[in-house]
Amino acid sequence: MIPELGHFALILALVLALVQGSLPVLGAARGRTDWMAVAVPAALLQCAATLVAFAALTWAYVVSDFTVLNVVQNSHSAKPMLYKVTGVWGNHEGSMLLWVLILTVFGAAVAAFGRNLPPTLKARVLGVQAWIALGFLSFTLLTSNPFERVWPPPLDGNDLNPLLQDPGLAFHPPLLYLGYVGFSMAFSFAVAALLEGRVDPAWARWVRPWMLAAWVFLTAGIALGSWWAYYELGWGGWWFWDPVENVSFMPWLLGTALLHSSIVVEKRDALKVWTVLLAILTFSLSLLGTFVVRSGLLTSVHAFAVDPARGLYILMMLGVAIGGSLALFAWRAPALKAGGLFAPVSREGGLVLNNLLLATATMTVLLGTFYPLFVEAFGGGRISVGPPYFNATFLPIMLPLVAVMAVGPLLAWKRADLAGVLGRLKFVALAAVLAAAATWYLQRGGPVLAALSLGLAVWLFLATLWELGERIRLFRAPAAESWQRARGLPRAAWGMSLAHAGLAVAMAGMIGSSAWQQEEVTVVRPGDSVALAGYVFRFEGTQRLQGPNFLSETGRLTVLDGERVRGVMYPERRYYPVQSMHTTQAAIRTNGLYDLYAVIGDPQGDGAWTLRLYFEPLVPWIWFGSAVMVLGGLVSLSDRRLRVGAPRRAGAAAPRPAPAE
Amino acid sequence: MLKRLLFVLPLAVFAVGAAFLYWGLNPERNPAAIPSVLIDQPVPAFALPPIEGSSWPELSSADLGGEVTLVNVFASWCLPCRAEHPLLVDLAERRGVKVVGINYKDAPEDAIAWLQELGNPYAAIGADREGRAGIDWGISGVPETFVVDREGTIRYRHVGPIHAVELEELILPILERLR
Repeated sequence: MIPELGHFALILALVLALVQGSLPVLGAARGRTDWMAVAVPAALLQCAATLVAFAALTWAYVVSDFTVLNVVQNSHSAKPMLYKVTGVWGNHEGSMLLWVLILTVFGAAVAAFGRNLPPTLKARVLGVQAWIALGFLSFTLLTSNPFERVWPPPLDGNDLNPLLQDPGLAFHPPLLYLGYVGFSMAFSFAVAALLEGRVDPAWARWVRPWMLAAWVFLTAGIALGSWWAYYELGWGGWWFWDPVENVSFMPWLLGTALLHSSIVVEKRDALKVWTVLLAILTFSLSLLGTFVVRSGLLTSVHAFAVDPARGLYILMMLGVAIGGSLALFAWRAPALKAGGLFAPVSREGGLVLNNLLLATATMTVLLGTFYPLFVEAFGGGRISVGPPYFNATFLPIMLPLVAVMAVGPLLAWKRADLAGVLGRLKFVALAAVLAAAATWYLQRGGPVLAALSLGLAVWLFLATLWELGERIRLFRAPAAESWQRARGLPRAAWGMSLAHAGLAVAMAGMIGSSAWQQEEVTVVRPGDSVALAGYVFRFEGTQRLQGPNFLSETGRLTVLDGERVRGVMYPERRYYPVQSMHTTQAAIRTNGLYDLYAVIGDPQGDGAWTLRLYFEPLVPWIWFGSAVMVLGGLVSLSDRRLRVGAPRRAGAAAPRPAPAE
Repeated sequence: MLKRLLFVLPLAVFAVGAAFLYWGLNPERNPAAIPSVLIDQPVPAFALPPIEGSSWPELSSADLGGEVTLVNVFASWCLPCRAEHPLLVDLAERRGVKVVGINYKDAPEDAIAWLQELGNPYAAIGADREGRAGIDWGISGVPETFVVDREGTIRYRHVGPIHAVELEELILPILERLR
C-alpha cells in the first residue's frame, strides 16, 4: 500500500509541475497576476508530493519490503540500518528520486523565500524550474519507476554493492546532487532573464545566494567523494580522472567561473551575456554528468545500471533543455544592453582572465573525457585517456590561474595600477620564491614543477592574507582600529579570503601527495617488518572477525619509530557473501601533516599477505583546505546584502530571510 | 551579422556534441572492451616447462608459427574453461586444428587429473605456475584464446570462454582465412 502511495504522490508531483510550468509563464507574458500567483502554491505542493514519494521508498527500505523490486535488487535484511536508508539513493531509480526531491526543494525555497522578486521574474523562474522537474519526473516514472512490485517476493534481497556500504554514501551523493541541482537555479534565473529580456545588477544579486549555495554543496560533495575514494578504494590516491569524477568537476570549474563573472554583473553591470551563457552551460554540464553516469556511454568505476533506452530519454531531455536554452540565448541575448566599460588591467579584467582560464580548463577536461568517444566515432578504435593527459593540459592552465588569483583581489575596479599592486606584494613574492627554492633544495632533485607549484601555493596564501591585512590596516593602525575594520568588513570579503586561502592549502596537499608519496608493496608473514619513510611497520598477523553482513580478515600492524611504538593499525579485507565480493578497508593514521596508509591485499597462503604501505605527505590538507573553502562559501552566503535584497528594481525592499542552506 | 553568428555558436557546438552522444548510445557498442595491443604483433618470447609429472610436450614461442595455431590459456580451477573444453577437443580431433595450451597458475596434479577426465586437445602445454607468461601475453583472466598465424603473428584474441556460436561464426572463419 505504501509504495503505491509513493507512486501516486510522484504522479501528482508530475501533474503539479505541468501546472507550474505552464500557467505562471503564460501569466507573466500576458500580465495576469492571478495566473502568476499559481506558481508559489504549486511549487510548495510539488515539493510536498515528492517528499511523500521519497519517504515511501525509504519506508520500503527500512522495513525491507521485498515485494518492491528496487529493494530486492539493492538491499538485504541483514544490512545495517544506516545502509538500508542510504541504499535508497545507492541505485539508479532511488538516486533519480533524490535528484527530483532536491530539485523541488530548491523550487519550494524560491517560492517561500523569494518574496522580494518581481512577480514576473519569480513566475518565470518557477516555471523554468518546473520544466526541468517535468523532464526528470517523467523520466523517473516512465523508465525508472522505483516502486515497481515483484511477485512472489523473494526470501531476501541481493544486497547493496559492498563498496557503497560506507558512511560516505550517506553524504557524498546528496551533497553532490545539492550542488548539481543547485545550479538549476542559476539556469532557471538565466532563462527567465532571457525571457524577460533583462539582466542587471539586481538580477545578479537575486541569483547569487543560489549559486553560492550550489557551489558550496558541490565543493563539499566533490571533496567528500575524493576522500571516500582515498580510504575506500585502497590505492592511496584521491583523484583518478575517472569520467564520472570529471563530469562532477566540470560544473564545479564552470560554476566557479560563474560565481566570479556574476560579481562583475552585480558591481559593474558588465559581462551580462557571458554570465547568462555561463549559467546555462554550468547546469548543462550538471545534466551531462547525470547522463553519462546512467547511459553506459563511457566506462567508469561508477557503473550505474546501464540501459541505452534510458540514455536515449535523457539525451532527448538534454536536447530540449540545453538546445532549447541555447536557442533562446541565440535569439534573445543580442538584445541585452551592454554595460560599464573597463580597462584590461582592472578588477573586471582580472575576473575576465579568471573566467577565460577556468573555461579553458573546463574545455580540456571535457575534451579528455569525451575524446575516446570522438576517436571511436571516427573509426580510430578504442582508447582511454588517463592522468598523463590531464596533468599535461590541466596543470598548465591552473598554475597561471593561481598566480593571477593572488593579484586579482588587490586590483581596483575600472582601471588598476598593476606595477603598484605587484610592488605592494614584494614581500609575499620573496616568501614564495624562498619557499620554492627551499622545497627544491630539500627534495634533492625531485620534480621542479612540484617546487614551483608549492611556491605558487605559498604566493596565493600569503597574498590573500596580505590583502586582508591591507583592508583592515593591520599593524599600520592601532590594533583597536584594525579590529573595528575587521568587524566592519562585509562577510563576502571574508568569504573570498577564506575560499582563496583554502584553495592554497588544498593545493599544497595535492602537490605533496602527488610529488612525494612513497609506496612499498611486499608479501609479509607474521613477525615481518617493513620500513617506509623512517617508520617500521611490523606485521603481527591477521584475525578473522564476523561483521553484520560480511566476514573480515583484520590485519594488525605495529608502527615503530625507532624503538618507540607509535601505534597500531588495523587494515581490513572484507568479504560480502551475498554479492560474493571483496573490499579493502584501509587503515590510516594521520598527524595533520602526513598520513600513514596501510592496505592488505590477497592472502598468499600459509599466513602470508600482500601488504601495501603508503606515506602520504600533506594529504590531509586537501580536505582541510576544501573545508575552509566551503566555510568561505557559507560565510559569503551570510552576507547582509544577500539578505536585504537589492532595492534598485524591486522598489521597497522587504527584509528577506536567508536562503535555504 | 558576424556578431549574430557568435550568439548561435554555442547552440551549433552543442548540436555537434549531441550527435556524438547519440551515436555513442548504440547498444552494440561496448565501451568496456579494450582491444589487445598484441593484435598483429609477433607472439611474445616465452619458454614454459611441461606440466610436472606429465609426458605432454612443453611449449615455447619457437613452437608457434609455421602452422595456424590456437593458443588457449586454461586452468583446472576455472569453471568456464570446463565449459569451453569440449569445443577445443572437437577442434583438435575432428577439424584438425593445432591447439596448444598455457596452463595458468595451476597445481600439476590437478591439471593432469583434469585433462585425463576431459581429454587433452593440446599438442603442447606450457605450465605457467607463476603467471609470468600470462603477463607477457597480457591476459585479463582465464580462459583466454589467441589465434596465431603461420608467421607467428597474433591475429585474434578471445576473452572469456568460447561459445559454440562464436566458434562457428567468429573463430572458424578467421582460421579459414589464415590457412
